[in-house]
Amino acid sequence: MKLDSKIPAGPLKDKWTDHKNHLKLVAPNNRPKIDIIVVGTGLAGASAAASLGEMGYNVKAFCFQDSPRRAHSIAAQGGINAAKNYQNDGDSIYRLFYDTIKGGDYRAREANVHRLAEVSGNIIDQCVAQGVPFAREYGGMLDNRSFGGTQVQRTFYAAGQTGQQLLLGAYSALSRQIGLGRVKMYNRHEMLDLVKVDGKARGIIARNLITGEIERHSAHAVVIASGGYGNVYFLSTNAMGSNVTAGWKIHKQGALFANPCYVQIHPTCIPVHGTNQSKLTLMSESLRNSGRIWVPKKKEDAEAIRAGKLKPTQIAEEDRDYYLERKYPAFGNLVPRDVASRAAKEVCDAGHGIEANDTNEGVYLDFSTEIQTKGKQSAYAKGNHNPTPEEITALGKQWLEEKYGNLFTMYQKITDENPYETPMKIYPAVHYTMGGVWVDYNLQSTIPGCFVAGEANFSDHGANRLGASALMQGLADGYFVLPYTISNYLADEIRTGKISTDSPEFIEAEARVKDSISKFLNNNGTKSVDYFHKKLGLIMWNKVGMGRNEAGLKEAIAEIAQLKEDFYKDVYVPGSADELNPELEKVLRVADFIELGQLMAMDALQRKESCGGHFREEYQDAEGETLRDDENFKFVGAWEYKGDDINKEELHKEELKYEEIKIAARNYK
Amino acid sequence: MSAAKNININLKIWRQKNASSKGSMETYKLDNVSTASSFLEMLDQLNEQLINEKKEPVAFDHDCREGICGMCSLYINGRAHGPDTGITTCQLHMRMFNDGDTIYIEPWRSKAFPVIKDLVVDRSAFDRIQQAGGFVSVNTSGNTIDANSIPVPKVDADKAFEAAACIGCGACVATCKNGSAMLFVGAKVSQYALLPQGKVEATQRVLNMVRQMDEEGFGNCTNTGACEIECPKGISLENIARMNREYLKASLK
Repeated sequence: MKLDSKIPAGPLKDKWTDHKNHLKLVAPNNRPKIDIIVVGTGLAGASAAASLGEMGYNVKAFCFQDSPRRAHSIAAQGGINAAKNYQNDGDSIYRLFYDTIKGGDYRAREANVHRLAEVSGNIIDQCVAQGVPFAREYGGMLDNRSFGGTQVQRTFYAAGQTGQQLLLGAYSALSRQIGLGRVKMYNRHEMLDLVKVDGKARGIIARNLITGEIERHSAHAVVIASGGYGNVYFLSTNAMGSNVTAGWKIHKQGALFANPCYVQIHPTCIPVHGTNQSKLTLMSESLRNSGRIWVPKKKEDAEAIRAGKLKPTQIAEEDRDYYLERKYPAFGNLVPRDVASRAAKEVCDAGHGIEANDTNEGVYLDFSTEIQTKGKQSAYAKGNHNPTPEEITALGKQWLEEKYGNLFTMYQKITDENPYETPMKIYPAVHYTMGGVWVDYNLQSTIPGCFVAGEANFSDHGANRLGASALMQGLADGYFVLPYTISNYLADEIRTGKISTDSPEFIEAEARVKDSISKFLNNNGTKSVDYFHKKLGLIMWNKVGMGRNEAGLKEAIAEIAQLKEDFYKDVYVPGSADELNPELEKVLRVADFIELGQLMAMDALQRKESCGGHFREEYQDAEGETLRDDENFKFVGAWEYKGDDINKEELHKEELKYEEIKIAARNYK
Repeated sequence: MSAAKNININLKIWRQKNASSKGSMETYKLDNVSTASSFLEMLDQLNEQLINEKKEPVAFDHDCREGICGMCSLYINGRAHGPDTGITTCQLHMRMFNDGDTIYIEPWRSKAFPVIKDLVVDRSAFDRIQQAGGFVSVNTSGNTIDANSIPVPKVDADKAFEAAACIGCGACVATCKNGSAMLFVGAKVSQYALLPQGKVEATQRVLNMVRQMDEEGFGNCTNTGACEIECPKGISLENIARMNREYLKASLK
């Protein structure tokens, strides 16, 4: 198979404009004759469904939650990037493009990333027009803050709930189209297979999660916007229901899966509390604007803290190791996520971790300096040029509450500790997956008519995503890219007519799904789905997590293959097929996670270099930084499914070309 | 912080096979629950126990488990989202309970939220209210005016945000003796009424949303204020007053 990225010719900054000018169109009178299925209603899916509905296509949108508004984009906290340069600090489309390529450790496509930067400003305009209440300054203008991996302030936000506000904006646009009858919404439905006719994507098989009915839905194009696969680790910041099934099913039908080993481990999450833990909670990266990360310099202090004999506030300033500020003075606490996570692991591995759990893994995120700085500023702003220390502290806390109130409350509810008084305890956790279904410049997978958007595709973030860029990509794909590129594909479909769901392909796909459901329900094993999911998660976290090496990866591959066998032999699923059955939903998802987990380990094994979130212990420089191998690994690794045995998947390479940016070692020092 | 410990509890849980069957409270005993666990992790533990006994686990809605998606619900010991304030059920922790406690768990109960199974209810009425008018009619184009061309006073932007923080969980309806959705609808109407972008359609919006709210079978507001107390996001009653003003204005036009 030859991979054609379909990157348009011409200068980088003109590619998207020229491309749009030459794409084929579908006339308004023809659009109602064409059906489009959108799977997933997060930022990418909701914005795509709304935009395509507005254009006049017949859209059917699917989500497994009880409402499209629940999709996990809702949980994004910190913000969304856009090259508006409202702060006059030197930002530009080029700089956002450059920061993203560099942040991704030179493993993303130049053309895609430049397009993303180009449309970033439109996203903010669009959202404001929709009534998204972004944070504003007293003059009524939009406020910005900084995120990791940048030296400008380009992040727009709504307290610590930016994802919520953006998703509700997209949901409102989608709701409007549903109300107008241009989008038909299928809540509590899960896509369980893709149907191909004559090689083209022509529909899906979905299960109605309430009645259990297996339904056939046909369309002229299918958009997969089902999010990332972080839950392969069991514990992650993803929602409990987030899954890879839609992406994995199209992979099995011929869509290549790219860079599965690129996983983002987010540095600031609340540490694990125990074996019954079901998920991990993120504390927004935006907190690194105000918080300083440290561990005790002396191991004995760390031990005393873990034993409960010492409090962090009792550790003197000179006995604290602000390790990010020490190692990376230019970016300090705002280094990219992969760098911050590895640094935390390093200090904890060296015995300086402060959390009293099984692994002693945890570091401090301390707001005391910021309380003093902002407290003083607030006092001055109020005309008090001689504030008392108490006044400063009170005003500083008030300032923090205004900026991050919801995050501080969330932290307190989970840990029972007050972060205004004592530093937060944090540790890295699985958060986002840069890898995903391979797509060309038009966001089309290797299956004609099957498009993939948002986190579900692999396209824009290389080996590491910068903070506040996921929201940007989701909305860019859905609002500003897909409407053009899908129309180009559909221009050849105006004579096709309605697609029948009675064809042998639909019948066969439905039988496939029903067969797999009945096998699980009649398996009569002895262990729950979670039992296997947790086992998979541990293998992945220990051997395909923050640090990877050849021996570990080989073990992981063998262990997962064995786990797959045990799973099919011994998993027990209660209940029946024709009712609301959460265990049945889970078993179908975990079956796909197990296969994907094995492929992730294989991908990590073949990539004999370190880049971004993929850290191979064998490939690091003298200071422990990632060591890329541009000569041999400057490619996108895209895997082709070859049947049940995942070991047989075939790797295809898309060479990455850097024409605009000079490729160099990442340096945040 | 109090150190985590294990407690043993008794659970009385509403079990109902499907929408058409009659439900009842069932009793379960659950040992060794860590006080550091969340309430839903406790239910996971119960379900694991039931599955191991080859019994049917309890169905409940949940997803993000960080208090923002609005999917989790539950009436716990007679209170929406349980015995803590400003949180959703997924953020409730077992340290709020004691060894030997009996905990009652029921679904949201409201005419407009029919039970689907066990603790799962149908809240699609909220979606339909939103579809009736909860939006600004602006198409995706990328050619709207620059985001900073209309300044919005910070105080309005902040109030709009506070109203927009609603997660659509339905606690307001569940806790209201009238089953009223005025806090939910008032929050959405307010968000747009406070922003210049929303003013153009203000008249139609409030009329359409209120009409849909009535059609869905939600009750009226009698100002008891229970919704505001149980709202996990602290949505203020002010929003109901603002909606009433908007409605009156619209009706007189």
